[in-house]
Amino acid sequence: MRSLAELGTLIEREGSDKAALAHAGELLQLGEEVLANWVAAKKKAPTFAEREGFRLLALHRQGAKSAPSFNACRETCRELAYHYNLILLDPNHPDTEKRLILMRHLTRHLYYFVSGKMQNEQLGEFCCSSRPLRLNDAS
Amino acid sequence: MNDQGKKYQKVAYYPGCALEGTGHAYNRSTKAVGKALGLELEEVKNWNCCGAMEVKNIDPKVQTYLSSRVMSIAANEMGYDVVMAPCNGCYHNLKKAEYDLKNDEASRQVVDRISTKAGHETYQSGQVETIHALDWIKHGIGEEALKAKVTNSLSGLKIANYYGCMYTRPRHIFPEKDQGAGTESTSQPHFMDDLLEAAGATNVDFPLKTACCGGAHTLSDSDMSTKLVLNIIQAAEKSGANVIATECPTCHSGLEMHQIRAERKFGVKTSVKILYFTQLLGLALGLSPRKVGVQENVSDSFPLLKELKLA
Repeated sequence: MRSLAELGTLIEREGSDKAALAHAGELLQLGEEVLANWVAAKKKAPTFAEREGFRLLALHRQGAKSAPSFNACRETCRELAYHYNLILLDPNHPDTEKRLILMRHLTRHLYYFVSGKMQNEQLGEFCCSSRPLRLNDAS
Repeated sequence: MNDQGKKYQKVAYYPGCALEGTGHAYNRSTKAVGKALGLELEEVKNWNCCGAMEVKNIDPKVQTYLSSRVMSIAANEMGYDVVMAPCNGCYHNLKKAEYDLKNDEASRQVVDRISTKAGHETYQSGQVETIHALDWIKHGIGEEALKAKVTNSLSGLKIANYYGCMYTRPRHIFPEKDQGAGTESTSQPHFMDDLLEAAGATNVDFPLKTACCGGAHTLSDSDMSTKLVLNIIQAAEKSGANVIATECPTCHSGLEMHQIRAERKFGVKTSVKILYFTQLLGLALGLSPRKVGVQENVSDSFPLLKELKLA
């Protein structure tokens, strides 16, 4: 598994010489690896299972398990999966290039969001990774 | 007009703290648009903070009490059954308090104890319905009636509608959403899109419409907030937008401030303009930019509005 820093560098890199669907798959994989880092930081083994056909969604579910999630990153994951599906259905669609650009923005958001959460876990109700910490403080 | 529409013609108005400060333009434009549309607002008397994020993080039940007091005044002292809160934070907190009071006995006990001590009637779950400004205009007026009142079409504006996180999350506190046709969606909210389209604007496909703006990170990790906002702004621009429409004062301030900070800190200049959806609706209804507080925004949209003959 590549580190968050490595993933960050790859996500910031614009464009790809790959065909549209392969490029979309690459972006989806970057998103998966971001979440895998998050899951691993919680001392769990990142799952290779799929949910609704996506490892990305299974990883989010695994990371958010038992922490009542505010779900901002879940929706970002779902948008990423949705855009992947659009490209999968019709890689030659006139909007494919734009969809790939937006997929990169979504992957980047997930990366920023997750890396921010890992640096600042005790942000309170707003941050879905913080609830267990708050509960520990209260007990 | 259906019963829901009739119910929303005159509602209790809870502006909340932000709309008296950084979100003043939102307050101003919400009132101006309501007046132009014939919808009435009466401000909740002697209202208090909803508990925002600070109180909620220290003691969620005290936040529930603070929000319940606002609803209690509206219901028991002013006789209203609808409270309209345009701020996403206030809206979210009142909805959360409603949910907790309906489902959690411990919350009911705490709220009753503090209410008694404070000397006002305890709010009972179900006494009022809390709505957002989007619900108010969408159901109180509707797209067709809005269209009929538009005198200055927003055509030429390409809008990325940004709803932020608290308008739809967590889903369980919004039982009225996701109920099929005519109701709001928590995963793909569209009320703002619907209203602005009725006002003549073109909405762009914007996949980050409910993404985190980094509001909670603003002070603890400003760089992360700036990166999150910059990503939202750049995605809006890549989607073809020349305006980002907002409906939350925290998101709006965050987008405006971090747009500037992104240029200073990271050297990335973006040009998309940021306006409250109520400001845009006001312009479409023929109100002047000053009347809807465009001059109060940090994001200078005057050149664009002038170019499109909206100012």
